[in-house]
Amino acid sequence: MAVELDVFVGNTIIMSEEVYQLWLDGYTVNDAVKVRMEGGVLDEFDAKVDVVLSDTMDQYRTFQMCERLLHSPTKLANQLLFQIPPHRQATLIERYYAFDDVFVREVLGKKLSKGTKKDLDDISAKTGVMLKSCRRQFDNFKRVFKVVEELKGPLVENIRQHFLLSDKLARDYAAIVFFANNRFETGKRKLQYLTFQDLAFCAGQLINNWTVGAVDNMVEDMDVDLDKDFLQELKELKVLITDKDLLDQHKSLVCTALRGKTKAFNEMEANFKNLSRGLVNIATKLTNTKDVRDFFIDLVEKFIEPCRSDHWTAADMKLYLTHYTNSAHILDTFKSVTVIFMYLFCTFISPARVTLFIFSSLAFLKFSKAAWLQES
Amino acid sequence: MPGKLKAKIVAGRHLPVMDRASDLTDAFVEVKFGNTTFKTDVYPKSLNPQWNSEWFKFEVDDEDLQDEPLQITVLDHDTYSANDAIGKVYIDIDPLLYSEAASVISGWFPIYDTIHGIRGEINVLVKVELFNDLNRFRQSSCGVKFFCTTSIPKGYRAAIVHGFVEELVVNEDPEYQWIDRIRTPRASNEARQRLIFLMSGELQRKIGLKVLEMGGNAVVGYLQCFDLEGESGLVVRAIGTACTLEKLSSGSGTHTHPNTAPASNACNSPSKDGKESPLAHGCRSTHNSPVHSACSSQRLSQNFSVSVPTLIFTGMGSGSMGKDAGPLKTLLRQQTQTALEQREFPFFTLTSFPSGFLLHVGGVVSARSVKLLDRIHNPDEPETRDAWWEEIRQEIKSHAKALGCHAVVGYSESTSICEEVCILSASGTAAILNPRYMREGCLDLGGSDQRFEDPSPSSCGFCHIPYDELNMPFPAQLTYCFHCRRQKVPDVLFTTIDLPSDAAIAGKGCFIQARLCRLKKKGQGEANATAISNQLPFMEYELHTQLMNKLKLRSMNALFGLRIQISVGENMLLGLASATGVYLTALPAPGGIQIAGKTPGDLNTEQHILNIQKRINDTIAKNKEFYEVNPPDLTEEVVGSPIPEPRLRSRLFRSHSESSDELSELDLSHGKKDAFVLEVDDTDAVEDIHSLLTDASPPKGFYSCNTETMPGIYNWTSALQMFTSVRVLRLSNANLSNQALNKVFTDLCENLLKSFYFKLRSMIPCCLSHLVFSVAVPEEDLIQVAVTAVAMTFDKDQTQEKPAEKPITKGCSEAEDQLQFSLELCTDSSSINSQSSSKNSGVPESSHLSTRDRCSTWLELLRLKAHTIRRGSVKTSRRTQSLAHSVSSLEHSSPLTEGRSRSLRSSRSFGGSSVSVVKMTPLSFLPGTRIVKYVGIINMFFIRETTSLREEGGVSGFLHSFVAEVFAMVRAHVAALGGNAVVSYSMKDCVLMENPNKNQCQCLINVSGDAVIYIRETDQEVTGSTANIGLSCTSSADGAT
Repeated sequence: MAVELDVFVGNTIIMSEEVYQLWLDGYTVNDAVKVRMEGGVLDEFDAKVDVVLSDTMDQYRTFQMCERLLHSPTKLANQLLFQIPPHRQATLIERYYAFDDVFVREVLGKKLSKGTKKDLDDISAKTGVMLKSCRRQFDNFKRVFKVVEELKGPLVENIRQHFLLSDKLARDYAAIVFFANNRFETGKRKLQYLTFQDLAFCAGQLINNWTVGAVDNMVEDMDVDLDKDFLQELKELKVLITDKDLLDQHKSLVCTALRGKTKAFNEMEANFKNLSRGLVNIATKLTNTKDVRDFFIDLVEKFIEPCRSDHWTAADMKLYLTHYTNSAHILDTFKSVTVIFMYLFCTFISPARVTLFIFSSLAFLKFSKAAWLQES
Repeated sequence: MPGKLKAKIVAGRHLPVMDRASDLTDAFVEVKFGNTTFKTDVYPKSLNPQWNSEWFKFEVDDEDLQDEPLQITVLDHDTYSANDAIGKVYIDIDPLLYSEAASVISGWFPIYDTIHGIRGEINVLVKVELFNDLNRFRQSSCGVKFFCTTSIPKGYRAAIVHGFVEELVVNEDPEYQWIDRIRTPRASNEARQRLIFLMSGELQRKIGLKVLEMGGNAVVGYLQCFDLEGESGLVVRAIGTACTLEKLSSGSGTHTHPNTAPASNACNSPSKDGKESPLAHGCRSTHNSPVHSACSSQRLSQNFSVSVPTLIFTGMGSGSMGKDAGPLKTLLRQQTQTALEQREFPFFTLTSFPSGFLLHVGGVVSARSVKLLDRIHNPDEPETRDAWWEEIRQEIKSHAKALGCHAVVGYSESTSICEEVCILSASGTAAILNPRYMREGCLDLGGSDQRFEDPSPSSCGFCHIPYDELNMPFPAQLTYCFHCRRQKVPDVLFTTIDLPSDAAIAGKGCFIQARLCRLKKKGQGEANATAISNQLPFMEYELHTQLMNKLKLRSMNALFGLRIQISVGENMLLGLASATGVYLTALPAPGGIQIAGKTPGDLNTEQHILNIQKRINDTIAKNKEFYEVNPPDLTEEVVGSPIPEPRLRSRLFRSHSESSDELSELDLSHGKKDAFVLEVDDTDAVEDIHSLLTDASPPKGFYSCNTETMPGIYNWTSALQMFTSVRVLRLSNANLSNQALNKVFTDLCENLLKSFYFKLRSMIPCCLSHLVFSVAVPEEDLIQVAVTAVAMTFDKDQTQEKPAEKPITKGCSEAEDQLQFSLELCTDSSSINSQSSSKNSGVPESSHLSTRDRCSTWLELLRLKAHTIRRGSVKTSRRTQSLAHSVSSLEHSSPLTEGRSRSLRSSRSFGGSSVSVVKMTPLSFLPGTRIVKYVGIINMFFIRETTSLREEGGVSGFLHSFVAEVFAMVRAHVAALGGNAVVSYSMKDCVLMENPNKNQCQCLINVSGDAVIYIRETDQEVTGSTANIGLSCTSSADGAT
């Protein structure tokens, strides 16, 4: 007695969010049925397997038919095939574009190409996210990337409008697009302790402060690329480490400000030159695409790791960086030679400072927490 | 030129990519009406073309306007090869031909292709200018309104109910023409779709003519069906009830008196005609077609035909041949000899009536006949088919007479075809109607009629027997009515109509289904037909017994909405009887079910019997509780009832301890065993008992019925979900016994119901209404069951006095982040409660209004908050989402949220381009709303075919998307007419033919319904709602630009 055909179609779409999630997670119909049965949703209903199976099949089919529409969410609102209440539409879209942090961490900064797609089964095995789900997430990244790549204006806003995503999710996608576009290296072992949310935060800072769009919304270019002029101007920071006088002045300014405020003062004073050199070197090399890719790894190696070995706390780092940049400012007042430079420095470095500072401290916080855990 | 049709093609969107190279499409549109075709310019390289064409004008006869659909074809221009068709839209312009209906058709229509399904959408504007044509001999019947609704449409008043109209049109099926061998499947499907559109247009026009002739202005309960007879052709037939409807001017209260010309004309014409010649009366249904009574016998000898002896169901569990109508004529009362009597067929397709219309109900009458099909030689003279139906109708009429009734209500006709064998069936409920409705021009709906009739109160009057108790057409047990104690009533009543609104009942109703599967030998021609017709009476009897037993098991005593379908396949016959059981307090309480063994003395069997008996008694008790059947104190009845014969009484109150004496007596009187006593030694009985006890009652919070309204539930809330479900079962082993087959079939139906309960569990408390099952045997070893129904929520406790306050305060006290859980609940119930309370009070609620308004806006605010809260929480973690599920499903069940959140959200990123919501329901009303306008009848026929079945997800995937597409097209047409709902929606046909080996499948679906505009009952003013509509309109307009 085989059921040859079994369909159930409602005038208004019939879906359970639980089943939708199972579908998104890449469960096969049979596995989904198992999960649902185990979930005990049906206890009160004395539902047999075949009832659950039939329900699951119906919903899976519905989702498959919807999937085409979900690829361009704006269509979902004015398509006629399914009658979907607006709040359902929002849920459908939001969930479809939601992703697993573990998965995205793996592909972050990689080129969204066929080559990467081939590696998805490895990533799936590594992260425990089902291959089907990996494919969906990867395709989502790619789709969003493709659409916003050509668009002008603010990145987050573009994503939100074209994919009808929530603000939070749109920001995450902006980060993914930004990373993919600039191909930041994030896969190195030393960077593994950073979660996607850490990196997404940094990306948000970079987008807001280091891109062309950050300066002027009317500019033709968009948020995806770092501002070349700015990177060029960063080169002029070199003077902070090449000019011996300036370096000493800078150091003394910072040390005066820091004295007595932190336990790690001695290490700070001792390492000032090293650290400053590290930071400035990273900043001045950024005109080189290769070095842009290594931005995060360089930051960790040249700045965060030395601090870590000196047992700085996150507060120490914050303090240090605040005064480091403030003092650089002050230098400006009695160094008339570098007026022009400092002018540029102010417009551009101040946002950069925030980024660097927050990024570093955040990263450090992470790190120190791990170290602390290890010690205890 | 009596009419000018104008069409304008505005734009397209979401078109498919037709040019692989550029990933774009060069689309243009052909607009065709009759033989005239216009084309738009090609809009190059776009998937969202903006044609913005001129107005294409067609000057046509109104006859054509009625028959022809407007045909819009979207094509892809190709310079070098033939243009590729993207898809088509057929627009029925009939709704534009009534004066008061839609004035323009405007909106987005799905572009439909029979191979690919929906491929984008097209925005079209259609208008009609009609010139008044007073030609007496005109062939058109513009202006006659059609309603699928089987009651007097809301907002109208039936001045006169003229009676039965019928017509059928036949043609050759394009699928079977020789040309089909050389044309593409697409061309053949399109030819078929177009032909059926044309035929149904023609059919409506012809019926309209008959209505005009009778003096009516509308057809209510319009039922149109297709018979795909294969080789022998295509028949489109329709029946309906002609009426003169008057629009009730709502609100103002001034009733326009019907002294208008058409009405008075109408009331004179039938009777006048009647006097002049008894044959030329108003509703002679075959008026236009050649009279065929003379030659029919000759035809019959040509075409093989078997007339099946028919059963009359009166609820007595007996299958008597109701042919002895003779002596009864004398019993008919003087009053009933009205115009009705003289009509050829005093039939009414209506199932519910204005109060006072229905005087007495006799019982179900049905007739079936088995015919052998042969090619329709001359499509213009469909006399064979006409004669067949005429025969059956005559039979029904005589059955009704035998029951002492002069009319048949809740009348319907159907066919089942397998190869060359065709079973024609007709059924209805014999009844006596108030003749005033037939004759007089002016009637007040309630009120004074009862003065003229017997003084029985309307709550029980319809139960009183119309026949004479001394000359009963069948053995029946009569008692005095338990209400008025003056008239006799039968102990059980079966009908095909809805429960009259004023009937007194106890408890709630219940869906009852009898299923039967009978094997039959494969055969050919006459032998096959004879074999089938020999089986039919037995099937009917068995179905009837099942129904009766199940009714007793639920301790109910009446069935409404009874619909018996018998389907024929190559090697089996399927019978499915569905009805809604009710406990009518006017009728005596039903007895229990007694199990008896054939061989007393055997201890084992005795024990077994006792066990079964106990289970049955338990089930009865359980059911009583579930359906809240608490008949008013029975003991009193026994003492005080004026029933004369003690023997009868003892029978009526027969308990489980029925004596064997009576048993034998019953055996004598019936020639069969009593329905209440089941002998377990009998294999049939074992099966019966088994099926009785395996019928699971619906889970808590669920009720179901197949009638318009669920008896015993009145406090509907406005959430509803219409659905269609189709299941096909393949019988794996060919050598099944009847019994095993029955089990399979029963399980199939039961599982379907269980499935519905499960899928719709988020709507609890809820009722599945208008459950319509239709069975078919598409191929050998396949059983197909298609169900359309609506799930409606209701308020569990309506007695609550001031329910609005409590939940709100509760909502307040809750922490904000928990709001989303409780809020949906309480806003829902509060709004509902306020609604129902206002309904109950019936007082102008302006005093409450302001507070309520404030409440609702406040709630809206909260809801908005809840929304944002939820949005925030969406992404946090996947595990919590399963929790949130229960919330959103609740929300889903609240229609208020639908409307409100839409407006809220439109300000959000959706840009307001969302599609307006169209509700669909098989019922004639939408709970919590008022229908303000009927904008036109929807009658659509679609074919879908695929040659890549596997790629589309198998048969299920294929049908799933097709059904969704059909819904989409219906909604689009309704929206284009300006409507926001479809009522009385039904899926008449769903014919599925598959060939998995060739990776092919074809499906035909026919749907119909009435497009309406409704407003929420809570909206005090119509303007309020129109503002609402306007809002959504503008927002959609915004989105379009």
